Amino acid sequence: MPSENFSDAHAGGNGAVPNGLKLVPRSDVEYKMKDFKSDQDVRWCPGCGDYAILAAFQGFLPELGVPRENIVIVSGIGCSSRFPYYLSTYGMHSIHGRAPAIATGLASSRPDLSVWVITGDGDGLSIGGNHLIHALRRNVNINVLLFNNRIYGLTKGQYSPTSETGMVTRSSPMGSLDSPFNPVSLALGAEAGFVARTIDSDRKHVTSVLRAAADHEGASFVEIYQNCPVFNDDAFQPLKDQEERDSRLLRLEHGEPLRVGADRGVVVGDHGELTVADIAEVGEDRLVRHDAHRADPGYAFALSRLDQPAFEHVPVGVFRDVQRPTYDGLMAEQLATAGADQGEADLASLLTSGDTWTVG
Amino acid sequence: MTKEVKQVDRVIIRIAGDSGDGMQLTGDRFTQETASFGNDLSTLPNFPAEIRAPAGTLPGVSSFQLHFADHDIMTPGDAPNVLVAMNPAALKANVEDVPKGATIIANTDEFTKRSLTKVGYESDPLEDGSLGEFKVSRVPLTSLTVKALEEFDISKKEAQRAKNMFALGLLSWMYNRPTEGTRDFLKSKFASKPEILEANLAAFNAGWNFGETTEDFAVSYEVKPAELAPGTYRNITGNLALSYGLIAGSRLSGLSLFLGSYPITPASDVLHELSKHKRFGVRTFQAEDEISGVGAALGAAFGGSLGVTTTSGPGMVLKAETLGLAVTTELPLLVIDVQRAGPSTGMPTKTEQGDLLMAMFGRNGESPLPVLAPRSPSDCFDIAIEATRIATKYRTPVVVLSDGYLANGSEPWRIPDVSGLPDLTVPFSTEPNGDNGEFLPYRRDPETLARPWALPGTPGLEHRIGGIEKSDGTGNISYSPANHDLMVRSRQGKIDGIARDIEDLQVDDPTGDADVLVLGWGGTYGSIGAAVRRVRRAGGRVAQAHLRHLNPFPQNLGEVLGRYDRVLVPEINLGQLALLLRGKFLVDIISYTKVRGLPFKAEELAGVVQEVIDRAE
Repeated sequence: MPSENFSDAHAGGNGAVPNGLKLVPRSDVEYKMKDFKSDQDVRWCPGCGDYAILAAFQGFLPELGVPRENIVIVSGIGCSSRFPYYLSTYGMHSIHGRAPAIATGLASSRPDLSVWVITGDGDGLSIGGNHLIHALRRNVNINVLLFNNRIYGLTKGQYSPTSETGMVTRSSPMGSLDSPFNPVSLALGAEAGFVARTIDSDRKHVTSVLRAAADHEGASFVEIYQNCPVFNDDAFQPLKDQEERDSRLLRLEHGEPLRVGADRGVVVGDHGELTVADIAEVGEDRLVRHDAHRADPGYAFALSRLDQPAFEHVPVGVFRDVQRPTYDGLMAEQLATAGADQGEADLASLLTSGDTWTVG
Repeated sequence: MTKEVKQVDRVIIRIAGDSGDGMQLTGDRFTQETASFGNDLSTLPNFPAEIRAPAGTLPGVSSFQLHFADHDIMTPGDAPNVLVAMNPAALKANVEDVPKGATIIANTDEFTKRSLTKVGYESDPLEDGSLGEFKVSRVPLTSLTVKALEEFDISKKEAQRAKNMFALGLLSWMYNRPTEGTRDFLKSKFASKPEILEANLAAFNAGWNFGETTEDFAVSYEVKPAELAPGTYRNITGNLALSYGLIAGSRLSGLSLFLGSYPITPASDVLHELSKHKRFGVRTFQAEDEISGVGAALGAAFGGSLGVTTTSGPGMVLKAETLGLAVTTELPLLVIDVQRAGPSTGMPTKTEQGDLLMAMFGRNGESPLPVLAPRSPSDCFDIAIEATRIATKYRTPVVVLSDGYLANGSEPWRIPDVSGLPDLTVPFSTEPNGDNGEFLPYRRDPETLARPWALPGTPGLEHRIGGIEKSDGTGNISYSPANHDLMVRSRQGKIDGIARDIEDLQVDDPTGDADVLVLGWGGTYGSIGAAVRRVRRAGGRVAQAHLRHLNPFPQNLGEVLGRYDRVLVPEINLGQLALLLRGKFLVDIISYTKVRGLPFKAEELAGVVQEVIDRAE
């Protein structure tokens, strides 16, 4: 894909069939948000960021245009993984960390389904880290939403693989010794074709990222900063505070210069890295224009490293949106090719293939 | 010169060499020749886990044993009548198994001082008289092969590599085997390398001619074809039969086959085989680990595929959590455990029956699932179909316990008539089943206690399942004490009830008055059967029965156990079935166990059976 061509990546939402749903039937029903609410009481703690994400997701689903029965939500274990029970679609609340594996089997055998994996920082990056990276690398046509609250909630407050070093938790009274993952960097390192980040409280932004993820054919990975009011309250507050957020958020818009607030922007540093500089010093012309379609993931990776120092300038939006063949598509192709090349699949002739002899 | 041809009723040959010498291929070709000739046969490959252990060392020895006969036989044989030793290591590793008077064919070219020293021979056993009790044929296999291939434009190394074909030619002459199959095989294997093809054919012919002309081999042997039931036959290994059985299960049930698997010895051949049959709609997914393999299979099952995962012991351990999820979500899933010697990595290429209790109980909570075990290589086909039937009808994961001996061993298989295989069509739910027009994913069939299976994509039946305890009927999350008790008992009752739907245990008790029953399960069927025959030939009265269903047990098992004064249970573990039988039926089981990584020897088991008979008399 030519990097000069800043074409609109997002076909969804304007009436066109999203690319990630090419093989999924279209609904002739006009759904409303309430059509996607199940009859189960939602049981997260008051103030949990999951409520906002659930609402955004339920509000977004009608726009997918997919029959309710063709949507499947697969989750692992953790607070976020209760998600499927609150949606009126098909769903499986599986086991800790394994949702990407289960979704891989489902999506690669059922291309007519829109498959969503709901996971968290513990579920997806700790116990299930292996499945997550391999699902992204294979490029199975699934959408992975990782709710990152930087803490274990369901087990009551132990540090997670995204908790900052030194964090005092119930299992780290003298401070956590672990260095955290940057989920976006990890996903990019795992060759994910679509990587984005959004924030639970910004419904409009969440919806736009979900739309882009659904439109991506192949595995998409969305990190959602999510507040845990009980064990890690206000972890992302600097990015939510009305006064502060505009000077801290680096909103990624394909084709647009990378700006942090009014005065700062992203430029290429001395060693090819990306750094944030005062526009007054470097000049408008040196600002990097965001290109989500660069085939090489190096640029997106450099972008993902800008979230340090903490909350000084945090990129949100679509880091990378690059098309490559999907695992399920290639698998279907092999099946079709084998059918065409090897002739009719006849069980009797399979059993009698090879050296046989007849008695009597 | 016409040489003498001796008629014999059965022969056991073992060929042994370096793991890089092509012993398995040679054995396989000889087996195919023997099969197409119409003998009954049984094979035992035995090879190291190391792909290429250092040449000429004991750990690097690979062997292949074939037992063939003019009558039906049940095992690969206890002890070889003929040992082909391609080098001193092969001789040393195998000579203890060779009975006095048997023939040893040794490749003298490899009996150099260096090779002898490498395996601890201080003098050459071919020369120092230590093999005096055997008939020893000294054949310079390597140099004869190289000489036969002088005219070919290939390197000396390539010529030497053809020595296994020379050996195969010689054996083919010795036992009057048809050779067309081997010629065709070589033509197809080396189709793109005509020079190598010609060289291998020439080596094969040279071996045959060597047998025919040299005075070392005065006699050749003839083993008449066995009288087998009419039908079309092929030789088949357990892993191949299992692969075909899974494809058959997929066709009969109308479900696409989805295999999620991680490579592991000795199960990988099922992955290899199934990946060839994409035209049957077979999807094979080589996962990042064992957990993902079973997870993907379960995900595919949720979507309506016939989900299968294949593994061996170390992988079974990792799959336990997902099996628990399959038990509680009540989705069909086939779990193939090709058992190998454990614990931990154990001995990957050696057989064992050590995973029975893990299959039964190796999960948290009350987590029952059906367990089946094939009794012979060809039975792997039938057991795969039976596993498909139970899994789809009862919506449950089913564990199939094959083993390394069945997986790699082979025997003639009468190919079944496809039209005679059962119809396993699955009635998916398409309509709501609730009294108020709602769908209740956990409203059970009163007969089978199976829950309905509604596939994503079916309008109006949207539902959620998961690992948390579910409310009876709705499947919604429930922590109610009474509901949990009900659900635990319902899941157990469903599996227990399968006993009504499986074959009764057949007992072979020809005199009808035996006091002793020998009861086995899985891959020991052949050895136990051969042992029982020996005992009967010597006048002993003994009954034999063999379990293919380990959970639930056949309904008549308790009654059968009660009929006999003594029940002997031989197992290649430390008595796992014996423990289950004692616990369930409160009967005194005589447990006989060996865990050597090898099948039982018929002679040894016959002795044990006789001893148990004698105890009473």
